[in-house]
Amino acid sequence: MTTKSQALLNWIDERFPLTSTWKAHLSEYYAPKNFNFWYFFGSLALLVLVIQIVTGIFLVMHYKPDGTLNASGIPVAFASVEYIMREVPGGWLIRYLHSTGASAFFVVVYLHMFRGLLYGSYRKPRELIWIFGTLIFLALMAEAFMGYLLPWGQMSYWGAQVIINLFSAIPLIGEDLSLVIRGDYVISDATLNRFFAFHVIAVPLVLIGLVAAHIIALHEVGSNNPDGVEIKKKKDANGIPLDGIPFHPYYTVKDIVGVVVFLFFFSVVVFFAPEGGGYFLEYNNFIPADPLKTPPHIAPVWYFTPYYSILRAVTFPLFGLDAKFWGVVAMGASVVIIAFLPWLDRSPVKSIRYKGPIFKSALVIFVISFVILGYLGVKPPEYAFFDVIPGAPIAQICSVLYFAFFLLMPWYSKIDKCKPEPERVTSK
Amino acid sequence: MSVDQKMDCGRRNLLLATSAVGGVAAVATAVPFVASLTPSERAKAAGAPVEADIGKLAPGEMMTVEWRGKPVWILRRTDEMLASLDKTDAVVSDPLSDKSIQPDYAKNKHRSIKPEYLVTVGICTHLGCSPSERLKPGAESGLGADWAGGFLCPCHGSLFDLAGRVYSSMPAPTNLDVPPHQYLADTTLLIGEDGKA
Repeated sequence: MTTKSQALLNWIDERFPLTSTWKAHLSEYYAPKNFNFWYFFGSLALLVLVIQIVTGIFLVMHYKPDGTLNASGIPVAFASVEYIMREVPGGWLIRYLHSTGASAFFVVVYLHMFRGLLYGSYRKPRELIWIFGTLIFLALMAEAFMGYLLPWGQMSYWGAQVIINLFSAIPLIGEDLSLVIRGDYVISDATLNRFFAFHVIAVPLVLIGLVAAHIIALHEVGSNNPDGVEIKKKKDANGIPLDGIPFHPYYTVKDIVGVVVFLFFFSVVVFFAPEGGGYFLEYNNFIPADPLKTPPHIAPVWYFTPYYSILRAVTFPLFGLDAKFWGVVAMGASVVIIAFLPWLDRSPVKSIRYKGPIFKSALVIFVISFVILGYLGVKPPEYAFFDVIPGAPIAQICSVLYFAFFLLMPWYSKIDKCKPEPERVTSK
Repeated sequence: MSVDQKMDCGRRNLLLATSAVGGVAAVATAVPFVASLTPSERAKAAGAPVEADIGKLAPGEMMTVEWRGKPVWILRRTDEMLASLDKTDAVVSDPLSDKSIQPDYAKNKHRSIKPEYLVTVGICTHLGCSPSERLKPGAESGLGADWAGGFLCPCHGSLFDLAGRVYSSMPAPTNLDVPPHQYLADTTLLIGEDGKA
């Protein structure tokens, strides 16, 4: 470095911790050297967040959160999305990047969470990272739900109608709560405007704050790895973990490979299948919102369907309260329970590599149940597999299995026959 | 300042008092923000009653008018349709509408002022979808040969008969709401006001 730029850097470092921050988080942040495929998805989630923010900013320049009808009888909000798609130069691409980005976000985040399950990344001392992560997931769901109202199509309208009405099932405060969420007696312009405010300002701010907390907590305790052993236990004379390598340049370069591969698949969807077969953009949402007519079949977007299935699986009243209320409770609990994982897992080892057959089977059953719940969630409630096996009881069984994975974990993870963990990571 | 210095209780109390007052101020500031989330005066005023001309409605036909942003159905029932209500008495969960919402003058078997005309809010009492018409009885409705005619909610499958009464063990807890309404003339309905309030 030339002396002049060095002098400038010194000048900054005396006033702002630039070099030390760079070192702490990148060039001298030592990550385990045995990261594998599953470790791409954290940085990819960050990439998708950036894509969503940038495309979102440009969409807001043309989008109008207005539920009233224009001169040709089309809601202004719906018409402004069509305007972006047809008349704004490059608008179609920005919008497809944003809508595909929403689905990509959940793909990447689900895989990132699954990595945590595989290698016990939630275990001590990473409980707070995991809790921040669960909160990110919750914020992401709120962000996606509110964003879905903005195009003001039929699915936007009736999906929001159903979900907001769920809150009215809460005893005593429910009716008033749903009134405060809608800002009107029906989903209306007031609802659209407040969802817009939350979608573009409030929730993104919370998301960014949580992501920062997630990463700061991670860099405080250090990354887990596929062997689930702490690299900080074995350090060299300089205090650097023997199995650690600096995040930059090693993992920045690795992650760039992941980014290229991800963008390859992402572009294929954006350019060749932006509607994702009706799963990323539902066909009924190309019809303007009509408060007088519900589409013949409404289903949430694919990433919500496992939870929607759990909601629908509760069909019986309990303790004098509606089935509707318990459905909402079950759906909420199915997300919140994820945060308790650090205290539910009593296994002596972290990684799936050294866990025993019971945990491995439980994880397989959990993943299968989750996928079946997701599949049934896009189907109408009376759906039957091959027209003979009714879906509704299957959804109930899968919901029970979903919760059993968490609630029985303190027992089955304790009695499981684990293999001994190695002293050091096992990469070649 | 040494650690074992005596605490200044006067200052401590002042500190507590100012914190408490500050907290109250912060909560008070939140009030208008929360209030701004509730329905505006305009939204509250938008509930004006609407008139509907039912003169052109043929027997067996249904029309929809918008009232307070919700669909209100007006169904002109034929004699067979009214007779079907005897059949569904046994299969609906609240045949006398004891738990359901309707004005007193519509709290009867046919749930209307005049038996011929059903006026009801076309919003499912479960989660607010608008049920679709399955007015024709029998197998062509897609709901089995026993189907007596009525409505099917596409969201969660609740079934209603031709008086908007919900079938037993359906997700919807109550019958479809009947809005306050009155006849201004033989073929003119006013929905949203019954002249009694």
